Amino acid sequence: MISHIAILMENQPGALSRVVGLFSQRGYNIDSLSVAPTQESTLSRLTMTTSEEPEVISQILRQLFKLIDVVMVQNLTSAESFSIELAIIKLALDTEEVKKIIDGENKISCNIVNEVDGFTMFEVKGESMAIDNFLSSLKDQEFLEVSRSGQLGMTTGMASLRTNDQTKISYD
Amino acid sequence: MTSGGEALIRALADEKIDIMFGYPGGAALHIYDAIYQQDRVQHILVRHEQAAVHAADGYARSSGKPGVALVTSGPGATNAITGIATAYTDSIPMVVISGQVASHLIGTDAFQETDMIGISRPIVKHSFLVQSAEEIPSVVKKAFHIATTGRPGPVVIDVPKDMTDPNHKFEYKYPSSVYLRSYPILGESDANEVKEAVKLLKSAKKPVIYAGGGVIQADASEELIQLSRMVGCPVTNTLMGLGAFPATDDQFIGMLGMHGTYEANMVMSEADLIFNAGARFDDRITNNPKKFGIAAKKIHIDSDPSSIDKIINVDVALQGDAKIVLGQICEEFKNASYDKSNLEPWWKQVKEWRNKHGLNHDMLNLPNQSDIILPQQVIQSLYKTTKGEAFITSDVGQHQMFAAQYYKFDEPRKWINSGGLGTMGFGLPSAMGVKFAFPEETVACVTGEGSIQMCIQELSTCKQYGLPIKIINLNNRALGMVKQWQDMQYSGRYSSILYEDSLPDFVKLAESYGHVGIKVEKFSDLNDAMEECFSLKDKLVFLDVLIDPDEHVYPMLEAGGSMAEMRISKKDRTF
Repeated sequence: MISHIAILMENQPGALSRVVGLFSQRGYNIDSLSVAPTQESTLSRLTMTTSEEPEVISQILRQLFKLIDVVMVQNLTSAESFSIELAIIKLALDTEEVKKIIDGENKISCNIVNEVDGFTMFEVKGESMAIDNFLSSLKDQEFLEVSRSGQLGMTTGMASLRTNDQTKISYD
Repeated sequence: MTSGGEALIRALADEKIDIMFGYPGGAALHIYDAIYQQDRVQHILVRHEQAAVHAADGYARSSGKPGVALVTSGPGATNAITGIATAYTDSIPMVVISGQVASHLIGTDAFQETDMIGISRPIVKHSFLVQSAEEIPSVVKKAFHIATTGRPGPVVIDVPKDMTDPNHKFEYKYPSSVYLRSYPILGESDANEVKEAVKLLKSAKKPVIYAGGGVIQADASEELIQLSRMVGCPVTNTLMGLGAFPATDDQFIGMLGMHGTYEANMVMSEADLIFNAGARFDDRITNNPKKFGIAAKKIHIDSDPSSIDKIINVDVALQGDAKIVLGQICEEFKNASYDKSNLEPWWKQVKEWRNKHGLNHDMLNLPNQSDIILPQQVIQSLYKTTKGEAFITSDVGQHQMFAAQYYKFDEPRKWINSGGLGTMGFGLPSAMGVKFAFPEETVACVTGEGSIQMCIQELSTCKQYGLPIKIINLNNRALGMVKQWQDMQYSGRYSSILYEDSLPDFVKLAESYGHVGIKVEKFSDLNDAMEECFSLKDKLVFLDVLIDPDEHVYPMLEAGGSMAEMRISKKDRTF
């Protein structure tokens, strides 16, 4: 089963390597990973998916929280949450041919970006599984380059992964 | 105005650090110059960086204060790694400062450059790469805060050389306190969980208290003893927990686990309640986790939430500081009636086990004594001579297990060994750290001729600083623990464990470093030699004891089995 984990961490050099290192060190797999700073510049938000057993997931969450740079951890899979992924795809087809392929896709939303020298780039947005399925349907295409964002997500309603807490150093 | 180097040392002094262990080198030169120009922090020069970290570790384990080591970049930093991993596995509070090449050279494969933050990452509680000289005081404050609170552990501060430049001066201010939003520290446990734990303790017919190193780290022995008295049940300590509960107490059933006593392992197997205080269900304890304590309810106190339900799922999880949580349980326990005499049938059974295969026999008065010395006799002689009051450090192997089994530790912080990582070479340098923490106390290092050679160069450090440590070398002319496994599992095919013809003359070796060496070959000489060793108060004495090379450590848990599946001797087994 795929679990979706969101992490709020200090935007510090080395913080990401501690999170990624934890997974290799303890033998957990990461399926996808996405990280970027948040609106609060001292914090980064990291979203990852992993296909481990539920009892392993609870150990992963605790181990993540133990990292000094990690402020908060949330299991999005066990909460009411929304998730989405973005992919950019380039095919050796012209725009018209790509339009034929994406026409009728109702589980993902598609948007053509450009066509250069007969290569068409387009973006696809939707649930990760839907993108998986769409990509499988393209496997006979002559040329294929894909860049995926990894699954992003957040909980619905009041529940949130944010903090107003600040690190304080006093000199009195 | 101070430079970064001066600020670093001043911050250590402000953190009430009065001693550090280290070895200089290019990237640390500014720091060493700052050390030279002050007298608040003493620097002890070792002979190898691994020993600096082990010495800081021994200092921390014995005193409860954080240990500090200082090394240079590159090989200095990598030599420190084994020491850091040793401290990490046993949760020892420590700060390791490593020099680093100047910040503009980082990433260029510069001379003596190594990525210390990267290399040490899996074996530190946290690490800092200093980004500006001005942040040095706050980094030091954070480092000690993290190293000493919660589940303690080593913290690395990697300091690029330009951060300690003597020409860059700034105003020094040391923080009075620090709060890290990403680092909550657990204190009390949830009151409902405490109530539930007490309910289980009071209703159990066959309870056992299993206490580990966490009780020692939290200075919670007093609370552990108080609770043990109230419950009246058997108490066992892990290898890391020896001394947390007094070994000569009637309620003590010995160490448990791989080489634990027969009665302790049987008690763990048959108990209906296992109360774990500050231990982590390590694989040397549980043996096969699927066969562990099947009939028992389990309660677990741990300051690290990720230790709970990691190996063994428990019925009551008490997350928090062992001292505070044990105090909470004692308070709650007083609230309702309890009759200790309900445990009489349980104690009857425990005593039967103890009488059957216990380790309480006096090996010094064996009948039909040949003059061959058994390792157990050396430890009993050591115990008798030191009246059980010495600090004992140990290396790793058979001698370590014999020391753990036969030296009865009645107080915490007296038994100093690398329990989790099992680092050979730990014994002598950690004994140096203990001796600096307690100059007036007796410090002995129980070792073997294999382990001692891994940090033998520290005999020179001991000479320089006049450290009268007693080295008790259980010399069986082989890598004994490996030999034991090769005897048991590989039909005695002794692969790469024999080296008798190339061993040094340890007496001459000790003498060449300016110490005293004594060799003992006959049992009839053992007690006198031991007395002589400890009567030479101001001398380091290397007591080289030639022991029976064929002795095995028993009991021994059978791999993959339950805790009741033990080999009791070369011939006897329980399964």
